[in-house]
Amino acid sequence: MADALLTIAGLQAWYGESHILHGVDFEVGRGELVTLLGRNGAGKTTTLRSIMGIVGRRSGSIRFDGAEIVARTSDAVARAGIAYCPEERGIFSSLSVEENLLLPPVVRPGGMSVGEIFELFPNLKERRRSQGTKLSGGEQQMLAIGRILRTGATLLLLDEPTEGLAPVIVQRIGEAIRALKSRGFTILLVEQNFHFAATVADRHYVVEDGRVVDMVRGSDVQANLGKLQTYLGL
Amino acid sequence: MFELLGIAPQALFGQLLVGLINGAFYAMLSLGLAVIFGMLNVINFTHGAQYMLGAFAAWLMLTVLNIPFWIGLVLAPLVVGLFGVVLERLLLKRLYHLDHLYGFLMTFGLALVIEGVFQWKWGSSGQPYPNPIPGGTNLGFMFLPTYRAFVVVAALVICLATWFAIERTRLGGYLRAATENPTLVRAFGINVPRLITLTYGLGVGLAALAGVLAAPIYQVSPLMGQNLVLVVFAVVVIGGMGSILGSIVTGFGLGLIEGLTKVFYPQASSTVIFVIMAIVLLIKPAGLFGRTR
Ligand SMILES: Nc1ncnc2c1ncn2[C@@H]1O[C@H](COP(=O)(O)OP(=O)(O)OP(=O)(O)O)[C@@H](O)[C@H]1O
Ligand SMILES: [Mg+2]
Repeated sequence: MADALLTIAGLQAWYGESHILHGVDFEVGRGELVTLLGRNGAGKTTTLRSIMGIVGRRSGSIRFDGAEIVARTSDAVARAGIAYCPEERGIFSSLSVEENLLLPPVVRPGGMSVGEIFELFPNLKERRRSQGTKLSGGEQQMLAIGRILRTGATLLLLDEPTEGLAPVIVQRIGEAIRALKSRGFTILLVEQNFHFAATVADRHYVVEDGRVVDMVRGSDVQANLGKLQTYLGL
Repeated sequence: MFELLGIAPQALFGQLLVGLINGAFYAMLSLGLAVIFGMLNVINFTHGAQYMLGAFAAWLMLTVLNIPFWIGLVLAPLVVGLFGVVLERLLLKRLYHLDHLYGFLMTFGLALVIEGVFQWKWGSSGQPYPNPIPGGTNLGFMFLPTYRAFVVVAALVICLATWFAIERTRLGGYLRAATENPTLVRAFGINVPRLITLTYGLGVGLAALAGVLAAPIYQVSPLMGQNLVLVVFAVVVIGGMGSILGSIVTGFGLGLIEGLTKVFYPQASSTVIFVIMAIVLLIKPAGLFGRTR
């Protein structure tokens, strides 16, 4: 790719003795929205956690914005400009909504203002004094996404942001994600909800048993529907 | 009314003041323990020794270097806090991924070593520390020594400032968040290991500050922290492990209860706190202010 922001090659990762990723290769262009699709346990979350530097042991290459970051600690990865929204959302119960939102430090200029984030997710503004974990599931998801938009990070890693949410909320999240893409964010999205993924993404990578096994462009999804459904066990 | 109970008001208020002073130290020490436990997941059994180090540092500064109390009050906690930072970097940080037992053994062993060294050098007898604010006020019903009043106020200010720093500031937010989920906080770009070191240094500095304040009231001796810290652990258990406000309220409250017990049923005064601890553990195992995690 001419202008890749993230290039991953031969990424392997382990949890203790279990070898989880067996050589993951893919790339994400600047301003692109790319998904990782795959069945439960395929290694999608582990891939995001490896990029973030959270997985204990990893090898291979992760190039971000021209720099090799595979050996960096997670705080250094964040300061390089990658922000992570975990699958379990990770809202802090001892912090208010506002404190949760303001927690991640700004690592570089160009992030969104709190006002812009409230515009994107008006619910958060109304509930900013509440305890973070008192929010509904959908609001917690908005908070988990909202709080990584201030930092100036250019690459967002979103892990299953629609998991367990009602269709209306999924739609809201989808609109927000499209708005973020048009604002220039590069987004790597992990999804089980293929129909949702198909509506937002430029390209899809399929993950299976700790490897990327296929890539499908957004425009080719219809033509490859059968193949994708087999991959995902739908 | 006092005659009715057969108790002289001087005795009652005198014991209440003693209780308040003791409570002030319980509160300051249990606060540091709570902060350290929340962040490091280590029960800092060196806390009593670090309190003693604060008193000794101030005493040495005064007697050897002629540094007056008020400067020692700032300098001694800094020095001892720095010692805490070194301990954390050198020893404690190797234990976080292990069972609680290792943290217990390490901090308990350190306390024995530190107290042993001071006992070997200075013996067990106490060294007097001159009262920096002599004099007092006759309130009619009792005599209030100025320095003791100062200690109560200072402890309150220190406790509230610590509470404010943790509950209302940005750094405090990092601390609360990292107590819940250090991995995620680090993935947001915050240097959590440094935060942990800082927390330990602050907790230890707080113990040393209490030690300096205690020096003019109690004598400065190598084992001065040992008896106190036992009670403080009971306070922490009663208040709820890791609860900031709980430590403050329980610390002062139990000091007062202890003082009152001395007036009304002196035989029980040394055990009342442990009796309360047993009852609280039976009824509310997480402590009065504790959250079950
Ligand atoms: N902390 C861990 N320790 C050991 N094994 C783990 C750990 N976390 C995940 N695994 C294993 O790693 C494999 C990949 O897990 P991962 O969470 O990356 O899958 P995923 O693709 O995100 O799945 P899902 O769609 O269910 O979220 C699974 O077999 C899982 O059991
Ligand atoms: Mg997952």
